[in-house]
Order: sequence, then C-alpha cells, then structure tokens
Amino acid sequence: MSAILTTETKKVLTSPLINDNPITLQVLGICSALAVTSQMSTSLIMAVALTSVTACSSAAISAIRNHIPGSIRIIVQMTIIASLVIVVDQILKAFAYDVSKQLSVFVGLIITNCIVMGRAEAYAMKNPPLESFFDGIGNGLGYSLILIIVAFFRELLGSGKLLGIEILKLTKDGGWYDPNGLMLLPPSAFFIIGLIIWAIRQYKPAQSEKPDFAILSIAHGEGGHH
Amino acid sequence: MPNENKITQYERFRVYADKVLALNNDSLEKTLAVALSVCFVCAILVSLATVALRPLQIDNKMLDMKKNILDVAGLLQEGVDINQAFDEQIEAKLVDLETGDYVENMDVVNYDQRKAAKDPALSVAIPTKDDIASIRFKAKVAKVYLVKKGDDIQSIILPINGYGLWSTLYGFLALEADGQTVQSINFYDQAETPGLGGEVVNPNWRALWKGKKVYNEANEPALALVNGVVDNAKPGSEYQVDGLAGATLTSRGVSNLIKYWMSKEGFALYLDKVKAKG
Repeated sequence: MSAILTTETKKVLTSPLINDNPITLQVLGICSALAVTSQMSTSLIMAVALTSVTACSSAAISAIRNHIPGSIRIIVQMTIIASLVIVVDQILKAFAYDVSKQLSVFVGLIITNCIVMGRAEAYAMKNPPLESFFDGIGNGLGYSLILIIVAFFRELLGSGKLLGIEILKLTKDGGWYDPNGLMLLPPSAFFIIGLIIWAIRQYKPAQSEKPDFAILSIAHGEGGHH
Repeated sequence: MPNENKITQYERFRVYADKVLALNNDSLEKTLAVALSVCFVCAILVSLATVALRPLQIDNKMLDMKKNILDVAGLLQEGVDINQAFDEQIEAKLVDLETGDYVENMDVVNYDQRKAAKDPALSVAIPTKDDIASIRFKAKVAKVYLVKKGDDIQSIILPINGYGLWSTLYGFLALEADGQTVQSINFYDQAETPGLGGEVVNPNWRALWKGKKVYNEANEPALALVNGVVDNAKPGSEYQVDGLAGATLTSRGVSNLIKYWMSKEGFALYLDKVKAKG
C-alpha cells in the first residue's frame, strides 16, 4: 500500500475532510445535503453512491484528459458522469431496492451535484488517473462526513432514532421525547451546516473569507436621507 | 486465414486510432471523434448495466409488491418465503370498475394497474369535479387481491391511490368480507415529508384503522381522518381515524382518496356484489 499512498495521494485523500471540505469550504453539493439527510440510512447510501461516482468519473476523465477538446470539455465530462450515475442507480435498484425507493430522484441528481463536476474540472483535467481517483474518494469522503453529521442530528432530534433504531422514546409512543418537527424538513440542514461551518472556521480561522465590503462607520451628523 | 486477417484488421484499427489521437485536440475531426467514442463507450456501459440488472430489479419489484400485500392482509411473518406465502394464501382478481364484475378473460398475473392507468386505451379520464383524489386518470380494470379460507373470503384487498402534499400515495386497503370493516391499510409508494406526512407508514398509526367502518347508514363512504385524537367512545368515531400531526394536507389527501375509491367511481359497486354473494 505504501507504494500507492504517496504523500500526494495522502494529501488529496485527507485534505478534503476538513481543510478543504467540499461542503463547508467550497460550499458545493448543498442541495442534496438538504434533501437526503433526514435519515442516516439514506445519507449513508447517498454518501457511498456519490463517492464512487466522483472517484470513477475523475479517474475516467483524467485518463482521457489529454484528448478532450476544449470546446466540448464540459459535455464530455457530463456524459461520463451521467453514465456512471445511471449505472449506480441501476445497481441500487437491483441490490438495495428499499433504499433506492427512499432516495428516489436524488441518486439521479448526483449528475448535477457540483462536487462531481467541480472535481472533474478542477483536478481530474490536470492530474493523472490514480491521483484523480483518490481525489474523488477524498472529496466524496468529505461530503460523506458532513452528510452523516447532519443526518445524525436530524434523525436523532427529528424522529428520536438513529439508523431506524429508537434512541429517544417519543411522546406519541408513550415516551418522554417530543420530537422537533423542523429537523425533518430540509431547512434544518441549512442551520446544521451553518453551525458546522461556524465551528470549523472558529477552529481554523484561515478559512473565513474576507468581507467583500467593509461597513463604514458614519461620523455623527452626517449621512442618511432627510 | 481468418486469424491472420483479424490481426491485420486490428492493426489497421490501431494505425487509424493513433492517427486520430495524434490530431490537434481542437480540430474538428478530433472533436467529432472524441464525442462519438465517448458516447459509444458510455452507451455500451449504460446498456450493459440496465440489461444485466433488469431481471433482478423486476424480481425486487414483484417481491416488494407481494410483501406489501401480505403485510396489509396481516399475513407477513419474519423468515417466511414471501413468494411461497403469497402464492399459497393470496388470490389476485381483476375487477371492471364500471360494473363491479370480475374480468375473467385477461391475464391476471401480468396485469399492472398502475401502468394501465397511464395507457389511454386502458384508462378513463376522471372529470375534474369528481377527481377528489387528484389522480386525473384511473384504469378501467382494477387488480384486487382476496384472502380465502376454503370458499369464504377472509379479506378483500383493494388498491388505492391519491395525491397528498408532495406525491401520489399508492397503497392497499384491506376490508373484511362484509366490505365495510377495515382490517388494515398500507402505503407502499409515497414521498410525503418524513416524520410528518410520511408517518402514513407508521405501524402505530396504521393500527388505528383496524375495525373502522367505511360506509354510514346511508351507504355513503364516511371514513375520514379528523384533527386530533379520536375518542372511540363517541358515536360516529367508527368512521374516524386520527389525523397525522403536522400534516394537514397529507391527511386531507388520505381522506379524499378513501372517499374516492370507496365511492361508486371506485369499488362501491364491486363491494356491493361481493356482499350480495356472500
């Protein structure tokens, strides 16, 4: 393994986890992070599906990168990504039918997930296949990490369960926990992702962006309409 | 020699491919060649995956459907072979919704009511004023399932569907042989909000349906969801089921689809005939 895991591959594998996380730093792939995170099980399958698509598409695109004409670059990438997504969707329907029913359209929507395209364009077009493959895995894992954290809180606080197993007994089943219905709705993922971004940027202040505009303080007696 | 011929063919291809690969990336020829070969390879990949996996997917769908039917019939047990349990205990029948009679001259096993509802030749458009379940089209022929003990019907399992908040809910309603008392309900395909409208699949909520009555004294469908918790001691409570907390529109959708499918547009004529016989 050590022969494969050079410093470069180690870097592309681990840096997207926190330092260069696709969701929290690059703010990509938010829409599926909102949609599939109401349960842990769907999030896990989505994470595996996205990671494998990103890794394979990056490797495939990288393998032919020196022959892709600039004018049809994006559509070639899309064709490869779309084909891989269809294959993943078909595999899920064949081997994980129940989960694929719950994920419904979201597997298909991996095609439009900015992370996959983003990695193809930013990394795979310039680097060799093996590194691109690991870059895809790394970014997929970074996405998975956030997805699983969000799903953990949403499922636990929203339905009192984790992976469908009851953790907090709900009042409607005779327990003590009154679930937070907001957690089951997509907007709650916004709050959780926001809190995660805030926590990471507190820990690593270098990630905070500089404000586009500085708010000027107005001297007394000036400004404003009268 | 065919073998030598093959090699030369391959070599000719190699020479040609090398020529194409050596072209300037932005030339028209190269652009066309790359576009065509990417499409070709991707098309083969996708076709292989769909064709190779289709039998497994069809099995999954059939198995899932049988599981749902056994579940609503109260016959689903852990560790039992679903195909075998289904074949032994459940009998599928086709019903002409206009007359309420059984249809005998069609292939029961392969009839797909959901597909038929989308086929103009096999379905009827529902006039807007009658379309309380918001489904727009219904199949002329419905596929019902019967559980029998000897010749006596134990359960009548009826397919139902209607629009909730985000999605069309598809499910089954199991009635006793009187065509009046509910045994169970389940929804096997829905995309309502998990935890709110999605609670239509919650076993505790589904258990509330057992023993409820569909038709009132005037023989009109009266079963509906109501806000809050139903007091089972009150008169009229036999037609009421607790609404889903936080899911007013899904609850309304469920009430509407029950009302629709239990009316003369749906299964009322068929149920009358079952009652008359039995």
